Amino acid sequence: MNFELMTDSIPLLLAGAGITVEITAMSVGIGMLIGSMVGVARLCTVKPLRYLANVYVDFIRGTPLLVQIFLVYFALPGLIGTRVDPFLAAIAACSINSGAYVAEIFRAGIQSIDKGQMEAGRSLGMSWAQTMRYIIMPQAFKRIIPPLGNEFIAMLKDSSLVSVIGFEELTRRGQLIIARTYASLEIWLAVAVIYLVMTFCVARLVGVLERKFDTK
Amino acid sequence: MTKEMIKIRNLHKSFGDLEVLKGVNMSIAEKEVVVIIGPSGSGKSTLLRCMNYLEEPTEGTVEIDGVSLTTAKNINEVRREVGMVFQRFNLFPHMTVLENLMLAPMKVRGIKKADAEATALTYLKKVGLADKAHVYPEKLSGGQQQRVAIARALCMKPKALLFDEPTSALDPEMVGEVLNVMKTLAEEGMTMAVVTHEMGFAREVGDRVVFVDNGIILEEGTPEEIFSHAKEERTRSFLSKIL
Repeated sequence: MNFELMTDSIPLLLAGAGITVEITAMSVGIGMLIGSMVGVARLCTVKPLRYLANVYVDFIRGTPLLVQIFLVYFALPGLIGTRVDPFLAAIAACSINSGAYVAEIFRAGIQSIDKGQMEAGRSLGMSWAQTMRYIIMPQAFKRIIPPLGNEFIAMLKDSSLVSVIGFEELTRRGQLIIARTYASLEIWLAVAVIYLVMTFCVARLVGVLERKFDTK
Repeated sequence: MTKEMIKIRNLHKSFGDLEVLKGVNMSIAEKEVVVIIGPSGSGKSTLLRCMNYLEEPTEGTVEIDGVSLTTAKNINEVRREVGMVFQRFNLFPHMTVLENLMLAPMKVRGIKKADAEATALTYLKKVGLADKAHVYPEKLSGGQQQRVAIARALCMKPKALLFDEPTSALDPEMVGEVLNVMKTLAEEGMTMAVVTHEMGFAREVGDRVVFVDNGIILEEGTPEEIFSHAKEERTRSFLSKIL
């Protein structure tokens, strides 16, 4: 084991880890935006909207993320006639993917709220949307923090897949260093430990958030 | 009597193959207190829930103060005129008592915050809970929660109030405090439809008692007529079991 090589490559890998965090945060952030709307759409009474949301969630959850990345990076340019920037493709694929999973988290969270809450809101003359916004969502949000944390951790790991389109996040950085040094063991070990530290930290952070929201 | 506040014509309601209401005609006059009684599964709760369209009738019409719920363009505009109190209170647990009371008047009626707060405090005082304004619902007893729920409905200044077994989820010692609030409202001229098993309340406060059985109104009359001189055998046998 060549420890010197390992420590030498740490700064490069950490920079890659920063990019991994960045792409994960952006994807889950956009995913939450998409997911909250799609999750609500899956429960709403407007049929075409509900149907569309179902198709989206089923498609994303029924196909591998890797294939979705290929679709955005390789297949989409053929359709729109222009090359897609790897960063944009990575963010787009991961966001769209995350959106479907977050939609399911939102749907489950909303459905876990007692239906008497919706009835109380409606009986006071509030619209479905108002009741959703002021009564159901704030309560559901508390309950979906843990699964959202899990989604973030999953995306942190799955974002390694965008290395295949040459986007230089943590995994891709590792590959590049190994291509230069042939130090497979050292580098992959270092990469694994960095992922582990990141997911561990996120898990702890979610735990803290959970307790904080629970006190009220 | 005076004008009809709630008017129901030929109301049918089915859940799948199960017909729960089989053609109900009923009117509630302004300031009248109508108590709806009947065995469980008779359709009395469904009847009440049709009055503000929490259940949409399969057939028939419901009018509130002359406005049809069946043809209303905006159901929310009619609904806001009819308050409802639920068996399980259904307070909003993420809001304080005061916020529970202020939300709908502000969002639905567009009332200013200061005015909504003043109104809320007035009604809290009325139900005897002025000191609980900044408490979260979970800190309250069942009876207190139900009184807050009544105050919340009142804050919308409704033309009528519907009560769906308001004391059924309460510990026995808390039933009285809720019934007292309801009695006060009745005395002040609130139009009320009350589904309940509290026969003492029905007798004392009700202007009219309606006995629902098997999806129809089997018999109705003054409390005296129903409790002492019921014509139908089904009514008598129900009352003999419950009294």
